[in-house]
Amino acid sequence: MLTREEDVLSAAEAWRYAGREVAIATVVETWGSAPRPVGSHLVIDAEGHFLGSVSGGCVEGAVVEEAADVIATGAPRMLEFGVADETAWRAGLSCGGRIRVYVEKLN
Amino acid sequence: MRLDVLRAMNAARRARRAGVMVTRLADGDQRFVEAAAFGADPLADTLDSALRMGKSAAVTVDGADYFLAVQAPAPRLTLIGAVHISQALAPMARIAGLDPTIVDPRTAFATPERFPDTPVIAEWPDEALAGAPPDRYTAVCLLTHDPKIDDPALVLALGADCFYIGALGSKKTHAKRLERMRAKGFDEAALARIHAPIGLDIGAVSPAEIAVSIIGEIVAALRRKPLRSAAGAP
Repeated sequence: MLTREEDVLSAAEAWRYAGREVAIATVVETWGSAPRPVGSHLVIDAEGHFLGSVSGGCVEGAVVEEAADVIATGAPRMLEFGVADETAWRAGLSCGGRIRVYVEKLN
Repeated sequence: MRLDVLRAMNAARRARRAGVMVTRLADGDQRFVEAAAFGADPLADTLDSALRMGKSAAVTVDGADYFLAVQAPAPRLTLIGAVHISQALAPMARIAGLDPTIVDPRTAFATPERFPDTPVIAEWPDEALAGAPPDRYTAVCLLTHDPKIDDPALVLALGADCFYIGALGSKKTHAKRLERMRAKGFDEAALARIHAPIGLDIGAVSPAEIAVSIIGEIVAALRRKPLRSAAGAP
């Protein structure tokens, strides 16, 4: 069965209570054809385990990497992905859309 | 995100209460505001319109950027009738993100063997739904062909402003159903909300095909127009 957004956020709460360090990534804006709607979540722990999706697989790897930094520093950050973006060399959206993803630590 | 804020949001969702998570993007400051408490929030009007639209969005208010994560209760599907169509409809509904429950007082039909993965309540609709009454985020399908069973559920669904009400049966059967509901005091605007005959017209023949047509109709009801006055719900 597909994981729903609410399952993802419940998992984030459960992971944190279990003592795991957790970051939550949220799609806050999309332009053009984007694979996942605004409000979609990816939940990541310090070991790089993740649940949910912010792009249907295109940029999850990069978000998981950034999440490790966010967990380490505690400071939220805004990521932007898209074919026209300078980050496209390492992670881009094949559909041609752009997305902004907010990554924050669960404290 | 603070754990207590996340916990408040998850608790509201489990209790089927709508709300909005507000994140000020400049500094990450956050709060979860339940719909009932919008009035006391500085962004009251903005939150109200976000929930009415049912869409999470980035917004700018008085020069500050916010992200509003809208949380509406997960849509439920109540199937009146543990019938053949329900056997196909329940698993399809789950895949589509709806949360199905089956209600049928006829214990020969309402067995776990016939519905291995779906809660089955072998009681009359008014008793079965007393614990989890339908709300505006509930779809109700009347599938028994038996007014004794369908009608009490229809009365509850109309009273609860369910986002979708579908009823199986011919036009003639439906005309009689409407007469009975008029006799109970429902006006034409309320009765017009019943989808009958149930399902999109895709030429469905088998129970599984009929289930597909019903799922399509429910998704259209859920997505095509915003859930009216959802923000006013307590």
